[in-house]
Amino acid sequence: MSGELKETPLREVHLELGGRMVGFAGWDMPIRYGSILEEHQAVREAAGVFDISHMGQFFVEGGEAVDWLDGLLTNNVDNLEEGKGHYTFLLNDKGGIIDDLILYRLQGESFLLVVNAAKSAEDFAWLKAYNKEGVVALQDRSEEMAGIAVQGPRATDVYFRMMGGRTLPGRNGVDEFEMEGQRILVCRTGYTGEDGFELFCGVGGGAHWFRSTLDDGARACGLGARDSLRLEMCYPLNGSDLSPERTPLEAGLGFFVDLEKESFVGREALAAQKSNGLTERLAAVKCLEPGPPIRPGCAVLDREGHELGRLTSGTLSPSLGVGIGLAYLPWEAARVGAALAVEVRGRMIPAEVVKKPFYKKA
Amino acid sequence: MNIPDNLRYTPDHEWVSLEDNVVTVGITDHAQEELSDVVFVELPSVGQVVGSGDEVGTVESVKAASPIYAALGGEVVAINTELEGDPSVINSSPYGEGWIFKVRLEDAGDLDELLDSGAYEDLIN
Repeated sequence: MSGELKETPLREVHLELGGRMVGFAGWDMPIRYGSILEEHQAVREAAGVFDISHMGQFFVEGGEAVDWLDGLLTNNVDNLEEGKGHYTFLLNDKGGIIDDLILYRLQGESFLLVVNAAKSAEDFAWLKAYNKEGVVALQDRSEEMAGIAVQGPRATDVYFRMMGGRTLPGRNGVDEFEMEGQRILVCRTGYTGEDGFELFCGVGGGAHWFRSTLDDGARACGLGARDSLRLEMCYPLNGSDLSPERTPLEAGLGFFVDLEKESFVGREALAAQKSNGLTERLAAVKCLEPGPPIRPGCAVLDREGHELGRLTSGTLSPSLGVGIGLAYLPWEAARVGAALAVEVRGRMIPAEVVKKPFYKKA
Repeated sequence: MNIPDNLRYTPDHEWVSLEDNVVTVGITDHAQEELSDVVFVELPSVGQVVGSGDEVGTVESVKAASPIYAALGGEVVAINTELEGDPSVINSSPYGEGWIFKVRLEDAGDLDELLDSGAYEDLIN
């Protein structure tokens, strides 16, 4: 393997717990500690904790921050209340996705952007290039920060216990406070479809908070479970389901794009795409019978055997017991109910397009 | 790590047991632990003639697909169809109920090429 993998501040804990480490986005991360299926189930039924220290954290401050961010991100920053976060995109001028991220409005003209590990450097360079006159105070604090995500129906319990009786902010809310001499940011967000929170703190505190969650009822979960959890929810993964060649509209995520905004990078391209009509869209493909796991790259065909596209994501759904995946398909072929097949090593598994998400709570 | 003395092993982490001239093949405890949750098994066919080292099937986990090789040459005389309904048996009982297929040997001499438990233990450490 070329290049050295970066290590998160939680590495010791992962190794102690028997984490199987793999390279992901340039970081040495635990793919699982034991059984991926059990870790997945722990999140759906109780609480799981993930190391998310590899993600990027940028801070934007100043009187011009709202306008500046509104000019660079797709969602409406002006409407974002203090103490809240929203999902948004950073686009290139063709409307293609550089990154998907969550923007949080903190107290007093201060914003936090949490971005994907794989794109962190590229995102920051892009933002810096749009801040040459220093219109806003822009800082990349990723290297100083650790992050953990606790997800599951019991996440609120875990929080209450580890934080000595605190309650979480409301859905999509962000709280900032000092605890045991450390500055903590807690966001009621996640990537699993369950209730939960993401906690960011200084690198020195990461292992402590991770261990606290284990003591207070969370199970350590790795990237394997993280992938099957997010895919059951049809949450896209940048680099797989999203890319600079795809727009949020094709991905079915127009809800997070405010075309009414006067201008933002990529706006014209999206407006044109919308008015011309999309030729392809990202469809949720569900296998109709058990079979070999479907994986990214598998061909998706119509029932006559014509290839329509390839899976950008694919896995066995632990909750549903069949293969699930995402694929960009021609507009008509992507309608809910369309009959398909997914090819795995020459075998055709019957499948169909379903409404998103794959997994719904009972 | 469970490495029964009465079995023989291949460098591909499969175990072999012999009765008359029929061998039973499965994957080792080490292999099932590395793979973790087995979710699908592709079996060879009964009647299939296999050569030593041929790829005859697949054991799949959530994250990986691992080939199964014919440890020895001969004719496949039985396959463990229980694995189609419950592939996780390979994890819970890799040397017992998790057996994968049986081959009637063409050449019993091939057995000499296999590793004993000590040699296999050295290999995985």
